[in-house]
Amino acid sequence: MTPAAAFVAPVIEWAYLVPVLVILGAGVVGVLVEAFVPDRARRVVQVVLALAALAGALTSIVLLWPDVLAQNGVRVLGGALVVDPFGLAVQGIVVVLALLATLVIADRTSTKQDAFAPTAAAVPGSAYEDLARRRGLEQTEVFPLVLFAVGGMMIFPATGDLLTMFVALEVLSLPLYVLTALARRRRLLSQEASFKYFLLGAFASAIFIFGVALVYGFAGSVRLADVRGALLEGGGLDGMTGLVLLGLVMVLTGLLFKVGAAPFHSWTPDVYQGAPTPVTGFMAACTKAAAFGALLRVLYVVGQALPADLQEKLVIALWVVAILTMIVGTVIGVIQTDMKRLLAYSSIAHAGFLVVALVGFGELSGFGVRALLFYLLAYGLATVGAFAVVTLVRERAPQPVVVPAEAELATVGAVSGAGTGGSAGPSSTSPDGGVVLGEATHLTEWAGLGKRSPWLAGAFALFLLSMAGIPLTAGFIAKFTAFQSAVAVGAWPLALIGVLASAVAVFFYVRVIVLMFFTPSPRAAAEGTSEAPSDAAEVAGPDLGTTGGTAGPGSAVAALASRVTVVRSEGFTTIAITICVIGVILLGVLPSSVLDLAFEAAKFRP
Amino acid sequence: MELTNYLVLAAILFAIGATTVLLRRNAIIVFMGIELMLNATNLTFVTFARMHGDLHGQVIAFFVMVVAAAEVVVGLAIIVAIFRTRRSASVDDVNLLKN
Repeated sequence: MTPAAAFVAPVIEWAYLVPVLVILGAGVVGVLVEAFVPDRARRVVQVVLALAALAGALTSIVLLWPDVLAQNGVRVLGGALVVDPFGLAVQGIVVVLALLATLVIADRTSTKQDAFAPTAAAVPGSAYEDLARRRGLEQTEVFPLVLFAVGGMMIFPATGDLLTMFVALEVLSLPLYVLTALARRRRLLSQEASFKYFLLGAFASAIFIFGVALVYGFAGSVRLADVRGALLEGGGLDGMTGLVLLGLVMVLTGLLFKVGAAPFHSWTPDVYQGAPTPVTGFMAACTKAAAFGALLRVLYVVGQALPADLQEKLVIALWVVAILTMIVGTVIGVIQTDMKRLLAYSSIAHAGFLVVALVGFGELSGFGVRALLFYLLAYGLATVGAFAVVTLVRERAPQPVVVPAEAELATVGAVSGAGTGGSAGPSSTSPDGGVVLGEATHLTEWAGLGKRSPWLAGAFALFLLSMAGIPLTAGFIAKFTAFQSAVAVGAWPLALIGVLASAVAVFFYVRVIVLMFFTPSPRAAAEGTSEAPSDAAEVAGPDLGTTGGTAGPGSAVAALASRVTVVRSEGFTTIAITICVIGVILLGVLPSSVLDLAFEAAKFRP
Repeated sequence: MELTNYLVLAAILFAIGATTVLLRRNAIIVFMGIELMLNATNLTFVTFARMHGDLHGQVIAFFVMVVAAAEVVVGLAIIVAIFRTRRSASVDDVNLLKN
């Protein structure tokens, strides 16, 4: 037999790859657009391309759903990719959230500046950067980068072998490292966040792939189904089940790092704070969905097949992670004074609640999977919406001239002037005069927002209530199903700690709501200084410490009041926030159809 | 030679790499530690492939190399961007985000 005759062409079920191919294809086309489309049209083309690709992927997922459900999953590319109901459901969640996040990323607001550096290669504060800004350059590579990340996130939860999972992990991570470094304002913080994210992320990937090597050593294959078979039927190396446990723990470490669960959470607050806010919303929602999908697949396919004693050890490890994550997220979240950091700790706490839904992986009931899918959607909608609101609340310098030293200090902390490089531009004048700067992330700057922008503050309050798990919002149903699934497998202490942690978390969410609606805005307080000076001074107190103002409370409060403004959206962000609001309310009031859908999706094909 | 010796060597290299990441202060050296971890992984894969008489492990080593190369591209770009701003590649100097 000649070698040519021995070669059998692989059979590829292209139809099931369409959602992923559309996204990655659009990413590649986006790179070509950067090269060939003229400067002026580039932005429009990229935005249309990205949104169309995401909408197309969503449509194809919806069309594939009945078929995949009927066949109970299909193996594609020789088993490297498994398109089963669960994988497709996670892909759907990722695409929906990415679509909303891309709307926020595309919005330039009324300042006509997007959230990204004019040229990321320019040194912050340099003449070159200044020139690029005045020329109005834009970094439209953001959109292909987002698409590549989404592509990786879609492959991640639908992988049939650990090598594909590793490659998907890198495909989703590398664009995120770059996106994190691209903030237009506070560029030093942005670069630093990217640097930390990269070093810790690469470290976690290295641990992940070493775990894969150990699993391979045991089973002689990286295919999840084969590892499962080796565990169940004893096809692996004799007496080496310890190897597979160690390998699995290392693989799970890499995945838990990606979801930001304690003790692997330390990067989360820094990266969420430093990254451009629209990107923070994107990665907080989508990365978590994708990584939990992968985590669940590994646990359900391989973890479930472990011998009982090893499985018990794994469950104990998950208990520790869940408890630690919930406690770290809520307790440290309480003392945060920066809005983005607060949301980051809230996201860590949510990772803990999600791990609670995972501990029942040994049972085959499917309640844990249903809870996880619903939770990911509910959490993702609230998170994208909340970060979208944060992008609109801005700081403002009183005069349309150079950034005053005081504002600069307050925005960056004690950083050299380069930190705010790229803060002001000639076109970014706010409606009531002055220059619009970056996001007003300090909590005190949100005081009285409910009076000035009731709709925006109302939407933000709704997202926070959903994250807190108040009834009639999506978050309540999500937490309820998660704790219910834990109780169903006898893990009631976890559910109890979860409820207690939620109660503590309510404190810091409600604190923000009180601040927005019931604390007089610094401006109003400054006008009526004689009436309520003590109150306003109390609110402004901690912030003033950083501005280093030696002036009396009255004038300092007036300075603070002139610093916050709400910019108008170009429309994209408004659409995204509206959809998130509707989603959060609908999932809270009428959850049953989505819960049924999630229950149907609780099927794996190993 | 006994094949397990290679596994022990790979484990030692991985431990050295991990220790480098955790203890050294220069970003480039930290990065080299990560590369060492990935290469230790490659050695593990190849050794296990030999033990199982299966070629997959050797192919996987190529994938790991490609991923490592992609990581170098992004990682060095970020480190250079930081260095050009601050004239330092020490991980201790990167501390604006502490709360």
